[in-house]
Amino acid sequence: MTAPALTWEIRDGIAVVTLDLPGAPVNTISSSVKQEFIDCFQTLEQDARVRAVAFFSGKPDNFIAGADIEEFVRIGSAAEAERLAADGQEMLDRVARFPKPVAVGIHGACVGGGFEFALACHYRVATDHPKTQIGLPEIQLGILPGAGGCQRLPRLVGVRAALDMILAGKTERAQKAFRLGMVDELVHPALLRSVTLAAAKRMMDGWRPRRAGPRGLAGLLLDRTPPGRALVFRTARRQVLRRTGGHYPAPLLAIEAVRHGLSAGVREGLKREARLFGQLAVTDVSRKLVQLFFATTALKKDPGVEGAPAPAEVKRLAIVGAGFMGAGIGGTAAAQAGVDVRMKDADLARVAAGLKAAREILDDRLKRRRITRYEHQRVVALLSGSDSYAGFGRADLVIEAVFEDLAVKQKVLREVEARTPAHAIFASNTSTIPITRIAEAAARPDRVIGMHFFSPVAKMPLLEIIPGARTAPQVVATAVAFGRRMGKTVIVVKDAPGFWINRILGPYVNEAAHLLLEGARIEEVDRVMVEWGFPVGPITLLDEVGLDVAEKAAGVLQAAFGERLAPAPALAGLVQSGRLGRKAGRGFYRYEQGHKRGVDESVYAVLGRQPNGGQRPGEIVQRLVLAMLNEAARAVGEGVVRTPRDGDIGALFGFGFPPFRGGPLRHADDLGAARLVDDLQRLSDQLGPRFAPCEMLRDLARRESRFYPA
Amino acid sequence: MTTPDGRRVVVIAGCRTPFCRSGTALKDARAVELARYATRELLERTDLDPAAVDEVVFGQVVPSALAPNLAREVSLLPQFPREIPAFSLNRACASANQAITAAHDQIALGHAEVVIAGGAESLSDIPILASRRLSEILVDASRAKTLGARLAAFARIRPRDLVPVAPAIAEPSTGESMGQSAEKMAKENGITREAQDRWTLVSHQRAAQGTADGRLTAEIAPWLPDRPGAPALTADNGIRADTSLEQMATLKPVFDRRYGSVTAANSSPLTDGASAVLLMSEAAARTHGYEPLAWIRSYAVAAVDPGWQLLQAPIKAVPLALERAGIDWRDLGLIEVHEAFASQVLSNFQGWAARGWEIDEAIINVMGGSIAIGHPFGATGGRLVTTLANEMNRRDVRFGLVSVCAQGGMASAIVLERRS
Repeated sequence: MTAPALTWEIRDGIAVVTLDLPGAPVNTISSSVKQEFIDCFQTLEQDARVRAVAFFSGKPDNFIAGADIEEFVRIGSAAEAERLAADGQEMLDRVARFPKPVAVGIHGACVGGGFEFALACHYRVATDHPKTQIGLPEIQLGILPGAGGCQRLPRLVGVRAALDMILAGKTERAQKAFRLGMVDELVHPALLRSVTLAAAKRMMDGWRPRRAGPRGLAGLLLDRTPPGRALVFRTARRQVLRRTGGHYPAPLLAIEAVRHGLSAGVREGLKREARLFGQLAVTDVSRKLVQLFFATTALKKDPGVEGAPAPAEVKRLAIVGAGFMGAGIGGTAAAQAGVDVRMKDADLARVAAGLKAAREILDDRLKRRRITRYEHQRVVALLSGSDSYAGFGRADLVIEAVFEDLAVKQKVLREVEARTPAHAIFASNTSTIPITRIAEAAARPDRVIGMHFFSPVAKMPLLEIIPGARTAPQVVATAVAFGRRMGKTVIVVKDAPGFWINRILGPYVNEAAHLLLEGARIEEVDRVMVEWGFPVGPITLLDEVGLDVAEKAAGVLQAAFGERLAPAPALAGLVQSGRLGRKAGRGFYRYEQGHKRGVDESVYAVLGRQPNGGQRPGEIVQRLVLAMLNEAARAVGEGVVRTPRDGDIGALFGFGFPPFRGGPLRHADDLGAARLVDDLQRLSDQLGPRFAPCEMLRDLARRESRFYPA
Repeated sequence: MTTPDGRRVVVIAGCRTPFCRSGTALKDARAVELARYATRELLERTDLDPAAVDEVVFGQVVPSALAPNLAREVSLLPQFPREIPAFSLNRACASANQAITAAHDQIALGHAEVVIAGGAESLSDIPILASRRLSEILVDASRAKTLGARLAAFARIRPRDLVPVAPAIAEPSTGESMGQSAEKMAKENGITREAQDRWTLVSHQRAAQGTADGRLTAEIAPWLPDRPGAPALTADNGIRADTSLEQMATLKPVFDRRYGSVTAANSSPLTDGASAVLLMSEAAARTHGYEPLAWIRSYAVAAVDPGWQLLQAPIKAVPLALERAGIDWRDLGLIEVHEAFASQVLSNFQGWAARGWEIDEAIINVMGGSIAIGHPFGATGGRLVTTLANEMNRRDVRFGLVSVCAQGGMASAIVLERRS
């Protein structure tokens, strides 16, 4: 028998209950904890001394992080999942209908099942601390709040606010939660205990909180009248369909659970909620999203290299090259990591423009109220720049984002090494040049590494870290840790042409060009892939990346891998005619004031092929996806990524590979190596050897094996 | 200066923003921003570990009501630990001198090892005050307990109460403005318009030379513009390389239109800017691996009756500082004299000459002075100490002097020394 998670003591008629899961960093609700809850409340109900309950978490900065996800993963059937939800509902129902008032004091994350518990209590006090985050993130795991969240939240805060929370799966800071009515009071952490106890005592003496609910005319019409609600549900459904393309069932079913509860009553609503939870729990989408959750959680803890010493602290970042990338890196580093940033470029006008661009990232965070005016002032003062290397003497990490040319980068490397302390790391933001080559110019090659950011840096979540042949393990660990401080999802990849992302994107966009040259319509290719689940299609992606950049990357891949990755002869003509993509105002599409304005029909003339109906959508998808999967498998075989997990997460965060498909390698497993090999062989026979199935896939097919253990 | 236990204070480096005529390139920057900028660039240029700083001292003459302790805002730069104490002070135009000597004292006493001292002023951003009556009414209204009382307070407002009050550059004790004092000194000391214009010309020519050959700009951290396409400011913007005696002669005197000689040209302009100087104990400089630019040998302050010649106190402060340094006027190889007005500079010379000192203009203000470069009140002393220390090194001079006159009939003098 392990130590109990729930303990309580009775003082002045109030039972002070504390949840403190033994041996765990955070509280989660498992079936054993559930049983303890039931026993606890049963005892308290019978104890005549107890007239009210005050509930707290024993963890320092966590309330309840939700239901035990490990338990959830073991669920085998929809019926089992439905039972799990119903059990949870029953336990919370006891709390909600507990004859003695229950007040709860919330500090730290209060999410999922944790918040559903708080919703069942009678009074909620939360600390106004940034660590206090409240919400129902179930949707992100492809399920819905199944322990009464879909019933109690809309009744508390109104149907609009509740749907916002549930459908986005967001957690809110305590201030916002208070504004929405999710908690009754907001207090300084030092007062949490006394204020919660006082509320319990007041309720014990007969006082009941009065809650206003949604205010204003909109609140009256939309939240409180059946026709208003019907409108809200219709709108929500439409928005969900637009956002998810119909690939994710959970938000639609969550709307259904809320709607049914409001029209048929809580009892019926709970039943429906549990049933829909059961349905969702066993969907492939939910499985994929849960795997993804585990994968990203594990990746966040991965130091990036075996047996490395602890990462060094980066207090001061220097950046050479204040262009678009350099400024993005600088602004993001100041905003997210809070480091001192020194930017250097050849002339002051470029430095000034770079600082301004970096500052806009901070201004944007201020505008979105992610930071206060005072925090903004502070982080803005982290940014400075000059046309000299002044200030590099205290840099711990230098990132170069200069012109993509080996000689230029090596010159910068030598200059930087002459001005920085011996411990300083030199990171190149190259996308095409081998790190080991750059490091050849170094006096300290063990301190040289690649940090490949994606553009725009502030928005793109992925970072590839590329150790060179002689990079010290601690340098890798430091770069990985710093990348995470910058808020990036970090994968460590091999110093091979294209690294991981550009390598697997190469054949994909290349195939898109082939399709155009065979007469496919630009918007058709994009549409089909968006329908498949990508955020944008391959042609739009080319426009976003920049056709010149793509051409250069394609050249590198061709030089390294030969004919298989020879770019389709489409890009060159476009680049020559000045169609560089969005940044130039025209690529495959036209852009006005930064807005996409439809396909530029004159592109077809440059391509030398007018659209002729092209291929069937199914064929487009197959050619594009298989081109990518084949290359991804080949790269895995070459050890470009450390694990299939890194490869899949890279594809998800790097260019938005559809999350519900789990990633290219997960998807390859789903299709099966044997089938992939057959399909690729067929495409190879039809279209050319660029589709020849790679050895990795053949091998998997022969051994009837997979990338991930089954 | 050497304390009984032998602690000596050294100047490591100085840095400043460009000095810009107020209402021009720096008009959107507050004095705090200017001070923070100069300080941060000083950190960058010296690669100083910010955690080594024990104190920050800044001078400012016209502080903002919103950030009255400017120095603390500087020491709260995110580059510093948040635990560095800081104070701001006001000794009028000698405020940065005072910041530097206050830093000197703290180091000499052993209370600090590393101090950043400087000054800042934005005369584009001076506080505009409500009239006395309006502020009384506003205070009454804020104290009123009932709506009626509040309305009654507001009802007392008359149109003339709404005219804002800008602080004047005038002596509170005499009502005499700076310019009037300078005019009086010119008359009483017989300083001619021609002599004033000639000195002004020298100031501009030398400043232009120092800018062209980079000696002056080496001390300036370029100010980077916010607006795209605007050029970076790498130099002071009041220096006129092309001015001439003929051109200056066309200007009318400002303070006495009939018999006066003080014009807009031979006075220092209202200016925005900031300066910062890094000071250390000799031992700390060794520990942190810095080569001192100069040692602070001595300093002195003095005052005269503001009703006499307001800007003539340097003739008292400088001899005192030399006496404390134990050196003679002839030992000085370089001199920086603050130029509030050409008539004041020449009056100071006259006063010193009366002591039998020979004034060698060739070693005074060798890169121009405040008339050409500009004079952000609180910041000028930091510029002078930095310029002097750097130039003493270039010319291999042993002793140098900074002399600054100030409002209230005060002056500050600092003697720097170089050792080989």
